[in-house]
Amino acid sequence: MTEMYRSQKSIDTDPILDVRNLTVTYRTGQGLVYTVRDVSLQIAAGEIYGLVGESGSGKSTLARAIVRYLADNGQINSGSIKLGNTDLLTLPMSKMQKIWGSRITMVHQDPAAAVNPSITIGEQIAEVARLHLHMSSSQAREKALEMLRKMRMPDPESVAKRYAHQLSGGMLQRVVIAIALTTNPELLIMDEPTTSLDVTTEAAILDLVRELLTEYNMAVLFITHNLGVVANICNRVGVMYAGEIMEEGTVRQVFNHKLHPYTRGLLGCLPKVTNDKRNVSLSAIPGFIPRMNHLPSGCIFGPRCKLVEDDCQAERPSQVEAEAGHFTACRRWEALQSNPDLLMDVQQVRDMDEHEEGPLVFTASNIKKYFDVTASGFDSLFKQSGTEIKAVDDVSVGVRGGFTLGVVGESGCGKTTFARCIAGLEEATSGKMELEGQLLPYTVAKRTSAQKKRIQMVFQNPDASLNPHYTIGDSVSRPFVLMGDLSKEEIQMRVKELFSAVNLPEDYINRLPHELSGGEKQRIAIARAMASEPTMILCDEPLSSLDVSVQAALINLLIKLQDSSKISYLFISHDLAAVRYISDWVAVMYLGRICEIGSSEDVFLPPYHPYTEALLSAIPVPDPDVQQERIRLEGNVPSPIDLPSGCRFHTRCPRKIGEICEAQEPPWQDVSDHHQICCHITLDELRTMQSEVIVGQADTLREVR
Amino acid sequence: MATMQINQEYIQPKYLAIWKKVRRNLLTTIGFFVVVLFLLSAVVGPLVVPYDYAEQNIEQRLQSPSVDHIFGTDEFGRDVFSRVVMGSRSVCVIAGTGAALAVIFGLVIGLIAGYWGGLLDDVIMRLMEVMMSIPGLLLAMLVLFSLGSSFYSVILVVGFMYIPVVTRVVRSVVLDIKTRAFIEAAKLRGESIRYILMREVLPNVLPHLAVEASMRFVYAIFMVASLGFLGLGVQPPTPDWGFMVSEARPFYNNAPWIIFFPAASIAILVVGVSFVSDGLRKMLLPGGVSSD
Repeated sequence: MTEMYRSQKSIDTDPILDVRNLTVTYRTGQGLVYTVRDVSLQIAAGEIYGLVGESGSGKSTLARAIVRYLADNGQINSGSIKLGNTDLLTLPMSKMQKIWGSRITMVHQDPAAAVNPSITIGEQIAEVARLHLHMSSSQAREKALEMLRKMRMPDPESVAKRYAHQLSGGMLQRVVIAIALTTNPELLIMDEPTTSLDVTTEAAILDLVRELLTEYNMAVLFITHNLGVVANICNRVGVMYAGEIMEEGTVRQVFNHKLHPYTRGLLGCLPKVTNDKRNVSLSAIPGFIPRMNHLPSGCIFGPRCKLVEDDCQAERPSQVEAEAGHFTACRRWEALQSNPDLLMDVQQVRDMDEHEEGPLVFTASNIKKYFDVTASGFDSLFKQSGTEIKAVDDVSVGVRGGFTLGVVGESGCGKTTFARCIAGLEEATSGKMELEGQLLPYTVAKRTSAQKKRIQMVFQNPDASLNPHYTIGDSVSRPFVLMGDLSKEEIQMRVKELFSAVNLPEDYINRLPHELSGGEKQRIAIARAMASEPTMILCDEPLSSLDVSVQAALINLLIKLQDSSKISYLFISHDLAAVRYISDWVAVMYLGRICEIGSSEDVFLPPYHPYTEALLSAIPVPDPDVQQERIRLEGNVPSPIDLPSGCRFHTRCPRKIGEICEAQEPPWQDVSDHHQICCHITLDELRTMQSEVIVGQADTLREVR
Repeated sequence: MATMQINQEYIQPKYLAIWKKVRRNLLTTIGFFVVVLFLLSAVVGPLVVPYDYAEQNIEQRLQSPSVDHIFGTDEFGRDVFSRVVMGSRSVCVIAGTGAALAVIFGLVIGLIAGYWGGLLDDVIMRLMEVMMSIPGLLLAMLVLFSLGSSFYSVILVVGFMYIPVVTRVVRSVVLDIKTRAFIEAAKLRGESIRYILMREVLPNVLPHLAVEASMRFVYAIFMVASLGFLGLGVQPPTPDWGFMVSEARPFYNNAPWIIFFPAASIAILVVGVSFVSDGLRKMLLPGGVSSD
């Protein structure tokens, strides 16, 4: 993180984008809904303005309103939007369309949807050059190559001839950015541009955007829900909540001198890479984002605010400039300013007994799962098994009673398949699983009902976890009904117990899943998994589709349940900070294999496996003062059909030492009793070449050890 | 289910809500009333028709519409209005039963093929494709020529013909549903296949099935009318819209009403059911999933 990009631009120098008092409404079945209310923001040239907020905060609506591309039932009611000297709101639509794609361009979340699958990449960029820059075909083709080169695309000539499906997500997002920058726009709007990408790819894209900004003197509106990304890339940030901007200022002002309870709440929700569940609990924000058609009176954050006074709810507080360029919509900002730790110290210290290592309740040895990609159905009668995807290849782990094993890795590393093999939803190809000393059959159908009860799973997508046709009470009571020996009253009682265990009110029992929020659905999924009193719950990315404040509450819940019932978790996630926080042990997976495993304190300190090092380096840390070692991975993840020889990571490893990496499988090396690394580089060499990747808060980490 | 009794509270206002949704869309409302009108005429037809549908009256032949015969009379002097009203009976019963047969068999076969997958699925679906590859009307004619045309054989043929289409729709929905996490959670807690199919999968297939059933009804009406036109439908003297159109062709120039009213009835009923079908699709599958 270089200081250069953080140079604070004064908003007094003529902004490129000047939005004042913008109010946007949607006509809906429930009447007019004010989705964006009285929002003002200015972005200067060369500045990245981060608009951050949870889902439903109106940030995408704001972006769409700025380009006047609202849905049919949307309408801008008041305010002004100026791009340079052009007043966008008074322009006729025909002139506005000329501005789209030339003076204002957009980059969306899903690059695959933004690129036409049947036109080559080069042609799509050239098309923009022809249309907006009035270039000839050959000039435009040249321009396309130039743009791809600027995106640091390896081998631009060949990329230009390819189609969308032949590129990875990260490469496609570069193409989309190339298209957006071809016309040298004044304003670039990026709406969650890295949300669908892996952390290592995300880090590379953020680097690219940062570098491009010095070359293109444009204003960037960067919309994201990820505070870490904001801290990494933005100059100024606006925190949006339920359609209004709560706090605005430079990144340092907002992150270091938070002057709004909501901002403090959001940051308190995030597990830091240095936090440990045994020391601090996360401070989730109570309550929910209000519905836009039922807004509370006065301060909209009032009902969830710990500092709320009667005056807060009397009338809506106006924005105050607390210090130069730092605005807050909190009446009580002075209290916050005088006490920087107010609301932040509610992270009460959790006193979990450092229990002795329990016995291994579950072991998996040499688990392999190969998917046969050619033969199925009729084909299997005529063809012998053909190409195989080695999704999980020789993975061994052990889970101790009452402990959490975290499994991290990027998408496609086989972590979910591994969990599904343990659950018995996929039939492992070979290997051995033992549960409490008993051999566990491969598929759930072959397991005894006692074994089925002992392993449960919480799934990634809360919307798909519950059958939409049954009330959540039915869903939670079903496992008890299956047990067969409980009376109706007993079942009712147990269900109520579970509801209170997952902090849901009892009167929810008769609700249908669609009446619940994502976080509540996930609580029900956890309650259902807890019903049979399992030994181990497999959590497959249970947080990834939820907002940060909801994530924090769920993490706290999972830890509380573990503390009270000594349950074990296998916690799968791509979010290293969450895994670090919740897990006692961490396994890092790459291409179907574990490359580093150890206690979570050890894995996050050097020596690291080079892949772990790169992952840690890519985490967007929500703190502008943290310094991160910058290690970026080259190239794409190789195909699991055609795995690299030797060490699987050698094609992308920044620390590759030579032929031995390509020729031989790396050996396991013991760093300590609790920490093993699978690498050719000796531990001493790793120690000398690696320093702590995340510097700034690591002292606390040391103390923990 | 521990809380079934309370579920009832949800169901009552649900029907009211559905009616409110129907009324919101003009075309659905029109379709709804058309269908109700035709079903009503099929049920109470014999009570309201002014004449016996088979009663011939040579003196009154080829009369244009009048107060006595509001739809006029045909070449045998039979009252066209009475014949059209009575004709709605055979169309609704044959097309309805045929569509119902297709839906029931299609549901069962589709559930099995979709849920088990693998070789069984391959065998079933290839068989369905063979059936679909033969032009429907041709197949129906072949079967009816060899079996002989009767009320029941027409129902059987119509039902049989649409099984593959329904199967495909059901199978595709099952393929989607069976990978959802709630199905996997059911497997993990040790539910039987029967429970998973009937209680977890089936309720999620039903909305798609309802839309598909209404579509099949539309196609079945067409098929019954076509078979009638070719003389393979319900045999005279029972009135049949298709056969009435066919019979009326020689008199098209001097007595167009004989051909107009049965033809218009087919058209209005088909369009009405289509409107209802579209409305059902919008209400039950708001995601805009197309079923065929």
